Amino acid sequence: MVSSDRWRWERAPVWSAAMSDASAFAVSLSARDLAVARGGRIIVENVSLDLKPGDAIVLKGANGAGKTTLLRALAGLLPPAAGEITLSDEDARVFCGTLNASKAALSVDENLQFWTALYDAPSGAAVSARSALGLDAFAARPAGQLSTGYARRLGLARLLIANRPLWFVDEPIAGLDAGSVKTFEAILNQHREKGGGVIVATHEAIDIPNARMMEISH
Amino acid sequence: MSAFAAVIVRDVTLAFRAGGGALQAVSFFALTIVLFALAVGPDLSLMSDIASPVLWAGALLATMISLEQIYRPDREDGSLDALVECGDSLVFIALAKALAHWISTGLLLVAAAPLLALLLNLEGSALAPLVISLLIGTVGLSLIGAFAGALAAALPRAGVLIAVIVSPLYAPILIFGSGAASAGAAGDPQYGANLMLLAASSLFAAIISPLASAAALRFNLD
Repeated sequence: MVSSDRWRWERAPVWSAAMSDASAFAVSLSARDLAVARGGRIIVENVSLDLKPGDAIVLKGANGAGKTTLLRALAGLLPPAAGEITLSDEDARVFCGTLNASKAALSVDENLQFWTALYDAPSGAAVSARSALGLDAFAARPAGQLSTGYARRLGLARLLIANRPLWFVDEPIAGLDAGSVKTFEAILNQHREKGGGVIVATHEAIDIPNARMMEISH
Repeated sequence: MSAFAAVIVRDVTLAFRAGGGALQAVSFFALTIVLFALAVGPDLSLMSDIASPVLWAGALLATMISLEQIYRPDREDGSLDALVECGDSLVFIALAKALAHWISTGLLLVAAAPLLALLLNLEGSALAPLVISLLIGTVGLSLIGAFAGALAAALPRAGVLIAVIVSPLYAPILIFGSGAASAGAAGDPQYGANLMLLAASSLFAAIISPLASAAALRFNLD
């Protein structure tokens, strides 16, 4: 296993370099009186929120309160049952759910390369995301053989590769050790400094400066 | 590489990796034909008469058992979300998924057919019509099958349900395909007509299946 300090944020120069010349994001999203149904049943209703460039929102709520459902609707994966979501660019969103979307039979690199092509990212995106998340030592390893924490890092790499303004992340740090949580927090901050917006649904303590808390109840 | 090509490359790679479905379908095809040959016994002329229809039905059944693997793994591991939100239209992604299935399943069945035809004492002159009809028909089988897979993507152990959904939709392809193979073997002028109707069925599926699959996938996202 690689110890966590081997891949601190400061030690990922490739990623930092890639970030500095990236253009700033400027997409806002706003939801008005949103209601979302799952399996024909309304799970969340009367949700209104605004996500402006640089904003972060943390969704809190008990199990079954509808955090994931709301997040999927905001990300454009579920049609709202009522209300509306407006944003200037439909392709500005990327959703990272609790599932890592990686294929167990493909290596870490093959998974990253697939996402690079899928999200039409520049060819260097896979390598910089890999080193930003400390997966360099596992490049050739089948994703199915990664530990829970490393598999989660691979799943989170989608956010970096897609390089879209608005991130919708469900339980991002479940299974991550303290060092990896710090790294992910740094990645979120970097994204917001570029003008990106973030909505995170989580039960865990995650340190996101100036994030708005939103309590979802059923 | 475009998202379209990336989906094809990934799915074909996965099909040939450990646990992939490529060899399963072709093994099932071979097994069906071997068992059929054993059951018919030593009547060679009977065997060569029914060889084309049997090979066609065998290829269809082998395709059917592989359909569950098209979308269910993507739905289970979260990849489906990524496929939906990528820049390309979901219709093209669905077409790519169906083509990848054809490359990793249909093409292998077509390649195995001449070998299995030997086992059923198929005459040499009947080989070309069989291979040509399978080549055209398996494209339609994959396209229609991918739609059924998309419909049942969220259901665990949906194999039988998928078979029930595709059976009526497969009927025209089986009738024209097997008809073309038999007519071609007999030197019947109906061969060309059957082949054209078969191609029409596959082309029709190529237009409708991606549209229908995309709609079914969106419905299965929650």
